[in-house]
Amino acid sequence: MDLKEVLNKYELVVGIEIHAQLNTESKAYCSDKNEFGQVPNTLISPISLGHPGTLPMFNEKVLEHAIKLGIACKCNITKMMHFDRKNYFYADLPKGYQITQDQTPICRGGHIDVKLKNGEEKSIELTRIHMEEDSGKSIHDLDPFNTLIDLNRAGVPLLEIVTEPVIKSSEEAYQYVSEIRKLLRYLDICDGNMEEGSMRCDVNISIMLKGSKEFGQRVEIKNLNSIRNVQRSIDYEIIRHAELLEKNIKIDPETRTFDAPSGSTKAMRTKEAAHDYRYFPEPDLNPISLSNEFINKMKSKMPELPNELFKKYTSKLGLSDYDANNLTEHKEIANYFEKVIEHTTNYKSATNWIMGSIKSILNQQAISINEFQIPAKHISELIKMIDENKISHSLANQKLFDEMMTHPTIDPLSLAKKNNWISKEDEGELEEIIKNIFIKNPSETERFKSGEKKLTGFFMGQIMKATKGTANPKTVVQLINQIIKEF
Amino acid sequence: MKTFTSLQQIQPLLINGDLSLEELVTSYLSKIEFSKTNSFIEVFGEEALLKAKEVSSKIKHGSQGLLAGMVIGIKDNLCYKNHKSSGASKILENFESIFSATAIERLINEDAIIIGRLNCDEFAMGSSNEKSIYGPTLNPHNHSKVPGGSSGGSAAAVSEGLCLASLGSDTGGSIRQPASFCGVIGVKPSYGRISRYGLFAYASSFDQIGAFTHSIDDAALMISIMSGQDEFDSTTSKRNPPSKGPVFPKSKLSIAVPKDYLNFQGLDTEIKEKFFLDIEKLKTLGHKINYVDFPFIKHIVPNYYVLTTAEACSNLARYDGAHFGFRSSESKDIESTYLSTRTKGFGIEVKRRIMLGNFVLSAGYYDAYFSKAQKVRRLIKNNTKDILENNDFILTPTTPKTAFNLGEINDPIDMYLQDIFTVHANLTGMPAISVPLKRHSNKMPYGYQIMTNNFEEDLMFNTAKYLTEHLKQS
Repeated sequence: MDLKEVLNKYELVVGIEIHAQLNTESKAYCSDKNEFGQVPNTLISPISLGHPGTLPMFNEKVLEHAIKLGIACKCNITKMMHFDRKNYFYADLPKGYQITQDQTPICRGGHIDVKLKNGEEKSIELTRIHMEEDSGKSIHDLDPFNTLIDLNRAGVPLLEIVTEPVIKSSEEAYQYVSEIRKLLRYLDICDGNMEEGSMRCDVNISIMLKGSKEFGQRVEIKNLNSIRNVQRSIDYEIIRHAELLEKNIKIDPETRTFDAPSGSTKAMRTKEAAHDYRYFPEPDLNPISLSNEFINKMKSKMPELPNELFKKYTSKLGLSDYDANNLTEHKEIANYFEKVIEHTTNYKSATNWIMGSIKSILNQQAISINEFQIPAKHISELIKMIDENKISHSLANQKLFDEMMTHPTIDPLSLAKKNNWISKEDEGELEEIIKNIFIKNPSETERFKSGEKKLTGFFMGQIMKATKGTANPKTVVQLINQIIKEF
Repeated sequence: MKTFTSLQQIQPLLINGDLSLEELVTSYLSKIEFSKTNSFIEVFGEEALLKAKEVSSKIKHGSQGLLAGMVIGIKDNLCYKNHKSSGASKILENFESIFSATAIERLINEDAIIIGRLNCDEFAMGSSNEKSIYGPTLNPHNHSKVPGGSSGGSAAAVSEGLCLASLGSDTGGSIRQPASFCGVIGVKPSYGRISRYGLFAYASSFDQIGAFTHSIDDAALMISIMSGQDEFDSTTSKRNPPSKGPVFPKSKLSIAVPKDYLNFQGLDTEIKEKFFLDIEKLKTLGHKINYVDFPFIKHIVPNYYVLTTAEACSNLARYDGAHFGFRSSESKDIESTYLSTRTKGFGIEVKRRIMLGNFVLSAGYYDAYFSKAQKVRRLIKNNTKDILENNDFILTPTTPKTAFNLGEINDPIDMYLQDIFTVHANLTGMPAISVPLKRHSNKMPYGYQIMTNNFEEDLMFNTAKYLTEHLKQS
């Protein structure tokens, strides 16, 4: 069966769990550093190691990050909460339990709004967001005989973000995960890097006959290291489920892993022996009581979020949806744009510069806009110079921009002056030049005079050559049409 | 050398040069060597002598700490940097801690000398000190009897004069019951008074570190020094530590005596009769006795065992052979490592409690056991708070009986019932002290327990001193 056939007959039900590693300086329950990529087992105190006698102490930054995300997703923030222990044995879990939140997640409800390709908007409801700690890392493929354990990650703070089973297509899933990642980055609480595992995604998927009210057997997919693979894995699973159902074969309740090269999923473990995690309230940490003041303080610290910026750009600044989307895709780009428009109201031009010349430099140099050399203020000055006819657009684009790249600390007006690129505003001088060109090119002048308008380009070229490009094209057109009458 | 029973006897002699600290330590070391009670698991002899030298020179310069001259033994479930600490369990055989418990650090900062680690029941689970891989500790008053537990070694060592004071831990009576059995003072402070950082967790919401001494002043001083907020234990209280010594006793005390305790079937007749005589004496001294209802007596031990085993099964999950301590030689893969290490590494009582704890937390039983027990705990707390709103303290015998014979109690439930008067303070978090006031006609000592409201240690110590003056049987 192909995807289209399947979707004619079946309905997809997907719920997504995202684990976001928070970018706090230290771990969730001790002062060990939270850093990715360090030498294995170097960021470990006796607390991370779970030595006898050690106790957790809560890093309040985690709470702040969680509340920020909760506010951004319009969740209900829980006022009275505690931590719970989730008990299970694994070699990368030195305490034998994970400190998490079971009964009282910090956020309940809320939603993420996504836009689909067909223009439709959809609100994906969240079930909960809770705070917990990461486990260490088991490395199975480095040593042929042993599993190696790196406990640097043990105790790194996580937010687990859980949706309701309301996602109805792989595209919605793609958009949802993209949107969450964008939010995490805007809030500056997680770098959202799926390849490094700082954002991890588990997909719960089932299908049922269209119109049915009873969910099909659920399967969990893990090991999705990109947003694209979230979409691919769902597309693969839909067909796999449908083909099994068509053959009357029962779908196993299992956890599957996604194999990116082949685009397929493989069974990892069955869920028959369901874990009993024996949750109970963590006695080593005090319950947390949040005041309204604290929540309000967090609200006042919220940065502008992408959907708010999108609205502002389309309604207030009059940009197109396309432009607004491009600008808000990355927080850094939006920040740069915001700085540029502090000094200019030509929003469209600011957008064009950023999404055009600047973006291509970023791509060429493979850098982020934070590392881009030219200060935003100089870009707004450049825009102003063009708008005031101090420099022609083509000269700005072809010459001055490069010069600004070479001398990022010097303002564009000084650079233009130094290079004699300022438009010749002295019309008398320009008139002389034009007259001379008419005299030097009698036959073209004759044809132009008799109405061959396409020769405007020829004269423009000559004049630009003579003025080294500094003439303002608008003025040139005006003047040649005026002067030709005298010939 | 003379046997000292308080730091107040020792310090003036050290200061005026009539006693050398090195000699004092040497005399403790030789007593330990000749002791037959099996109290010490390991002696830190050389180190103790080195520290004695260091403290001596401080004394000469007048720069010594408050505990200069105090020689202390520590229970084998406390972390002491670069020293072994095993919880008297095979599973931590040869485990060395890489940090010191906050309580120990604070004592050392005041120049206490740590002389060795003391025997106890495995992971502090027991009431007789018979459940130790190092074998039982014997009661110094009668070697055929148990010293009580779980801090049996700590009680016996102080009782026998092998050290001036010792540290224990108390989850359900593990300090007060052995103190009563061995005839010494045993204090469990309020929950949150002393940092638990560096104490092997048994039941986190019950555990407290406490002290054994001969004198109430020493106990108050030690508790005061160990008390106070610790960034490494979020459950420590921000309150100021209690005073370093008892202040003035109240002239008229209002004393709560729970009738239901005295009606407990297992209470020894002689203990009960003497207790009533003492009550009369207190009345004649002008104090008010209020017989109060405590209807939870039947539930108190079951409630305690549901909650403590639940916490224990989780706290003891880290002993799995993967990262530290004992690993079974039969470990082949992760599952066999867990199974074999934990089967061989833990003793029977620890395994029993781990299984009980996992049972009461498991799906389908959580509400019936754990959740219900939490509610009962709340009722017990509220009831006890009410009693202590109207009374200065609750007075009971510490234990229903005097020390029993080694091997006498084999039924776990009978053993659990030994804690019937002491678990109350752990369920409520309140401070309690066992004061060695009495001697039974069977020649064994026993104590009375004073329990005050949360963080009223000062009142507790004052009362202990007052009762010692008036009720102590010579």
